[in-house]
Amino acid sequence: MPVISYREALNQAMREEMEHDPNVFIMGEEVGHYNGAYKVTQGLLQRFSERRVVDTPIAEMGFAGIGVGAAMVGLRPIIEFMTFNFSLVAIDQIINNAAKIYQMSGGQFHVPIVFRGPSGPAVQVSSQHSQSFESFYAHVPGLKVVMPSTAYDAKGLLKSAIRDDNPVVFMEGETLYGMTGEVPAEEYTLPLGKGDVKRAGTHVTLVAWSRMVHTCLDAAKVLAADGIEAEVVDPRTLRPLDTELIVTSVKKTGRCVIVEVGWPMAGFGAEVAYRVQRGCLDHLDAPIERVTSDDVPMPYAKNLEDEVQPQVKDVVAAVRRTLYLD
Amino acid sequence: MAQIIGLPKLSPTMEEGVLVRWVKQEGDKVSPGDLVAEVETDKANMDFTMEDDGVLLRLLVKEGETVKLGAPVAILGKAGEDVTELVARAAAMTAEVSAPVSAPAPVPVAAPVAAPVAAPVAAPVAAPAPVAAAAPAAAPAAAPAAAPVSLGGKLLASPLAKSLAIELGIDLRMVSGSGPGGRIVERDVRAVAESGPKPADAAAAPVTGASSGAAAEPVAMVARPAPVTPVRYGDQPGDFVDVPASNMRKRIAARLTEAKRDVPHFYLMRRFDVEPVLAFRGRLNALLGDRGKVSVNDLIVKAVALALRRVPDCNAAWNGDSIRKFRRVHVGIAVAIEDGLVTPVVRDADLKGLGVIGAEVQDLARRAKERQLKGHEITGSTFTVSNLGMFQIERFTAILNPPEAGILAVGGVVEEPVVKDGQLAIGKRMTVTMSCDHRVIDGALGARFLAVLVEQLEHPESLAL
Repeated sequence: MPVISYREALNQAMREEMEHDPNVFIMGEEVGHYNGAYKVTQGLLQRFSERRVVDTPIAEMGFAGIGVGAAMVGLRPIIEFMTFNFSLVAIDQIINNAAKIYQMSGGQFHVPIVFRGPSGPAVQVSSQHSQSFESFYAHVPGLKVVMPSTAYDAKGLLKSAIRDDNPVVFMEGETLYGMTGEVPAEEYTLPLGKGDVKRAGTHVTLVAWSRMVHTCLDAAKVLAADGIEAEVVDPRTLRPLDTELIVTSVKKTGRCVIVEVGWPMAGFGAEVAYRVQRGCLDHLDAPIERVTSDDVPMPYAKNLEDEVQPQVKDVVAAVRRTLYLD
Repeated sequence: MAQIIGLPKLSPTMEEGVLVRWVKQEGDKVSPGDLVAEVETDKANMDFTMEDDGVLLRLLVKEGETVKLGAPVAILGKAGEDVTELVARAAAMTAEVSAPVSAPAPVPVAAPVAAPVAAPVAAPVAAPAPVAAAAPAAAPAAAPAAAPVSLGGKLLASPLAKSLAIELGIDLRMVSGSGPGGRIVERDVRAVAESGPKPADAAAAPVTGASSGAAAEPVAMVARPAPVTPVRYGDQPGDFVDVPASNMRKRIAARLTEAKRDVPHFYLMRRFDVEPVLAFRGRLNALLGDRGKVSVNDLIVKAVALALRRVPDCNAAWNGDSIRKFRRVHVGIAVAIEDGLVTPVVRDADLKGLGVIGAEVQDLARRAKERQLKGHEITGSTFTVSNLGMFQIERFTAILNPPEAGILAVGGVVEEPVVKDGQLAIGKRMTVTMSCDHRVIDGALGARFLAVLVEQLEHPESLAL
């Protein structure tokens, strides 16, 4: 099976969907002539022309709104935010228009739009550019929120997101673009709302998405050296959430640690924790643990930047707490 | 670091103890499992064994002194450690513990004292007297504060530990918690389960919570060889086979052992003329035709239910310091199934007609054999009927089904010579034997119940009243 990067997988997904459906087009800052700030749209302008790969001014509210309007009249826009930090100036279009028009129009207008771009802390870009907003978007009825952790998942899920008739917030891991993985040469899609067990285990369930899946897999290796087998569950889609997969796993292991790179207060992990206790009360041997970033804006200094984010040692410590080992 | 050792709970109902004799003296080295003192509890003289290593730096209690549960009795540490501060703290704790006689809060067990407060697996004398709850689910919740450190009298156990204890038929009061604050967690329950059925030996090894250091080892069994005489089954390995007990088997073993050990049984027997019942049943079944069948046992169930209504003091349970009198009559029926038995319940049997009881029992028995009964269908009975008549058993005695105070063992129909109208004739007799919990039912009360029961069975038309 070919091994390609997460970036290339996303590129393939868009390229294939644009080949299939002439209504699919891309719009955003630097997506065309510059081939994308993160080169995710590499070569698409050349292949599909300026009519379908549209460079915009620095005006997120404007092009997000144009995207919603285009979707309402039958096109299938992919709106790229250079990062999801910049989606904040367009969030009114996403929440108040994209997410609500289907319901408020009594079902007359579908809004088949994808808002995509990198999300989560990168490296030394400081507070305003190192944030994780999945909890914001997952809060909103009418949106789907997808956060793939591997190249394989990224491609299959982005294709499904583009084909979905509802607005999808597709958050890519900013530090995952260069990560490589096996991706089949033949076409495939992955359903939204279905998670994946990234590593099977028996003693504790680690729930994580996007980059934290890899932190958990690394932690699982450390734990395995002590004979602790962690199961790593990646929901892949936060909304709708594959609760059944998580609950099934925790019923098996009796312990749950939720790892997210966002802030602790009202973070998405809190919702996961609620569902786990709801579904697994009689199976829990220990309080559900959460590992999150610290409750502070991201520092610029490298040492502090690492320190505030969940690290392997934090995950290991949380797991050991659930097993009453320390 | 030196620590204060509190008086551990040596029997489930113990609130204080008299320190009868110090076996170890100040300056003695002790290891886990060492007998340190003898303590007289409300049950018996119990061994107070140490759970930790160290040197007994100070004995805080004189022989003959009465000590409240959890109150400091000794200071354990390394040789030569300064204990002045701990002695002062211990004095303060003693004052606090002993001050209010009816303090609503349980004895506050401070962290350093927490570790040693682990209950030994109770010896028979110290066995828990309280009524074992009928519903398994109720057991953990209803358990009085015991072995592990508890908060406000509530047993601390993780939900998984509780479900597991129910599944494995383990009494959580007998498990020592190794989690924070003495919380019983999965590994503690498994450790007890794996240590096998508790030997009925006085010297069963105490189970102690793992101290913080020995975290990886879930529960440290204090090394003390259980004095079990090895049984020789045969010389050749092929002479026997060990069949692993099913969970049901283990539960039956645990519950019946507990019942027979903890409940003071006595037995009352009545033989009566069963011909009226047989004739009545014949008439009923003729009337029913193909709409169903009523068995002798159904008539007995109904008669028991009505007798309980007329002698309600027998529809009761021992409740620790009270007698619980049930307002409704739910009759459990022992049903043999593969590898065990269950007692499905006919609820409100006193209010149901014989046809309804017959149909219900038939349905319950069938589903019992298919293991299709739901939890609520096998719990909550207030009295049980067990019938071995179909196996030509003339009479037998049954073990009570706690918390019920009575169970009726029904024998088969026996033909025998009887004197009727001054003539020798062949009569039909049946023997019923009632096992009673003497804490609830005295002999005269049980006899009255049986009299009412037999009167109804000898005049079965009264079952229609």
